[in-house]
Amino acid sequence: MAQMKFMCDAERCIECNGCVTACKNANDVEWGIQRRRVVTLNDGEADEMSISVACMHCDDAPCMAVCPTDCFYKTDDGIVLHDKDLCIGCGYCLYACPFGAPQFPQQNAFGERGKMDKCTFCAGGPAETKEEEYQKYGSNRIAEGKLPLCAEMCSTKALLAGDAQDVADIFRQRVVHRGHKDGAWSNNPQASTDNLAYDAARKG
Amino acid sequence: MTTLTMTTAQVPSRAPSWRQRCWRLCLMLVLLVASLGVTQLAVAQADPNREMTTAAPGITAEQWRQVRSGETGPNYRDSRHESNYNLINASGETWRILRNRWVSPFGLIAVLGMASVITLFYLVIGRKHLDEPRTGRKLFRWSLFMRSLHWTVATLFITLALTGLNLLYGKFVFRTLFGDAVWAWMISASKVLHNYLGPMFGILLIVLLVKLLKDNIPKKHDLQWFKQGGGLVGKGHPDAGFANGGEKAWYWLLATAGLIVVASGFVLDFPNYGQGRDTMQWANIIHAVGALGLTAVALGHIYIGTVGTEGSLEGMTTGYVDETWAKEHHNLWYEEVKDQAISEEELAARKAGGSSEPSTAKPS
Repeated sequence: MAQMKFMCDAERCIECNGCVTACKNANDVEWGIQRRRVVTLNDGEADEMSISVACMHCDDAPCMAVCPTDCFYKTDDGIVLHDKDLCIGCGYCLYACPFGAPQFPQQNAFGERGKMDKCTFCAGGPAETKEEEYQKYGSNRIAEGKLPLCAEMCSTKALLAGDAQDVADIFRQRVVHRGHKDGAWSNNPQASTDNLAYDAARKG
Repeated sequence: MTTLTMTTAQVPSRAPSWRQRCWRLCLMLVLLVASLGVTQLAVAQADPNREMTTAAPGITAEQWRQVRSGETGPNYRDSRHESNYNLINASGETWRILRNRWVSPFGLIAVLGMASVITLFYLVIGRKHLDEPRTGRKLFRWSLFMRSLHWTVATLFITLALTGLNLLYGKFVFRTLFGDAVWAWMISASKVLHNYLGPMFGILLIVLLVKLLKDNIPKKHDLQWFKQGGGLVGKGHPDAGFANGGEKAWYWLLATAGLIVVASGFVLDFPNYGQGRDTMQWANIIHAVGALGLTAVALGHIYIGTVGTEGSLEGMTTGYVDETWAKEHHNLWYEEVKDQAISEEELAARKAGGSSEPSTAKPS
C-alpha cells in the first residue's frame, strides 16, 4: 500500500501561493479557512526560504492520538482523514499538530469553534453521497486517480505529493543533481535525503 | 538572484567594434556546434561549485533551532489569514505526551483509586454512627439559600466531572459500546454542557466561597483534628467549630485548586480573545490535573456527607441537624448554639408557618 506524503522542496518554492489558491479552488474551502499556507523564513534577507505547509498526514498522527471523539482515521493510503459528524470543535488536534493544519470556522457565540477543517490530501472524507462529501470535505481527487491539486499545480514543482517512496526518489535525484551539501534540507539531522518524506511527528 | 545581478553589472560598458563583433559571432557559432556534443554530459555533471553560487543558501543550524523552538523573527511571513502560527508547533508533542501518557492514566488511577479506597473503607470500617442516641431536638445549620447554592454547585460539579471524564476517557468505552450515532450525540452534548455550564459553576463557586469564608478560617484546634484523623485515630472526637478540619481543607482546596481550574477553564472556553496554542496547551494540562484531583477528593466529600456519617445529610437537605450529631461532630459550634435547639414539634410548627428558618438564624 502506498504511504501518501507531501514534501516541499525549499530550494524551489518561490512563495507564489499557487498551492494555496489551487487548494481553495479544488476544495471550495469555506470563508476564513485556508488549508494550505506558505511560510517564509527571513523574508528579504540573503537566506530567505519559503515552504508550503498543510497537513503532512503523519504516520503517528498527534491529532489522532489526542482527539476526544476519536473522529480521525487513516486510509489504506496513509492519508489522515476525519469525520465532521463526530468532531465537536474542542481544538485539541490544533494544540497537538506540529504544522498548524487544523482550522476551525468561528461563527458561533463566545468564539466557540465549529467543525474542524484541514487538508484531506484531496481525498474527501466520510459521507453518504458524493455531493455531501464535496460539501463537507471538498473534492476527492484520489478516488479519481489524481494527486492533490496543490502539488499538481505547483509552478516550480517544489511541492511534491504522492507515495513517500516516489517523492523521496524524485527529491533524492534532485539533490544528487544539485551535487552540493546544501542541495537538500541541509543541517537538519532529522531530514536525511533518504528519509525526506519523513514522518514529521517522529522524534529524532 | 544576487549572483545574477552581479554578473550583469560586470558586462563592460565600452561598445565593441564591427570587426570584433564579426569575429565573436564566428567564434560563438563554432563553440555552439562543438558544444552540442558535450551539452548533455555537462548538464549531467553540473559543477557543484557553480551550483553552489546560485542555489539558495543552506539553512543554518541556528535556523533549524529557531524552527524547532518556535521562535519567529521579524522577517517571518505566513500567508494564512490572521495566522499567528510559527512553522513548527514545537510544544504540541510535549502537550500530547503530558496529556496522553501522564494526565490521562494517572487521573484515572486517582479517581478510581479514591473510589476503591472509599468502598473498601465502607466495607471494612463501615458507616460512622452516632455514639449517643438522638435527643430529637434540632439545631438550625443551613439556610434555604445556602442549601440551594450548595446543591446547584454540587449538581454543576457532578455534571462537569462526568462530561469532563467523558471528554478524556469516553472514546475508550462508549464509541465501541454504542456506535457512532449515539457516541456523536453523547460527546457533542458533553462538550456543549461542559463549555456552557462551566462559567456558571465558576461564578456560583465564588459566591459559595465568599459566603462560607467566615466559617472556614483555620484555627489551632484544626491541627489537632488532623492529628486525630478527624476522630479515626485515638479516642473521642477532636474539637471542631461550625466547620471541622476536613471541611476547611475541602473549602481551601476549592478556594485554591478550584479557582485555578475555573480560571484555566475560562482560557479554554473563550478562544476568541486571541490566546495562542501554547497558552491553551498549558491551560488544558492545569485544568485536567486540577479537575481530576478535585473529582477524586469530591468523592470523599460525597461519601462523608451521605452514607459515611449518620446525621450529616439531613443538615444539607432539611437545614436542621440533631443535637447529638452537633455535639459529637462540631462540639465548639454546639456550645455556641445549644440554647437555640428546638423540638421536632416546634420545628413542624415553624415549617407549617411557612418558614423553615429561625428569625434569628446566623446568616450562613
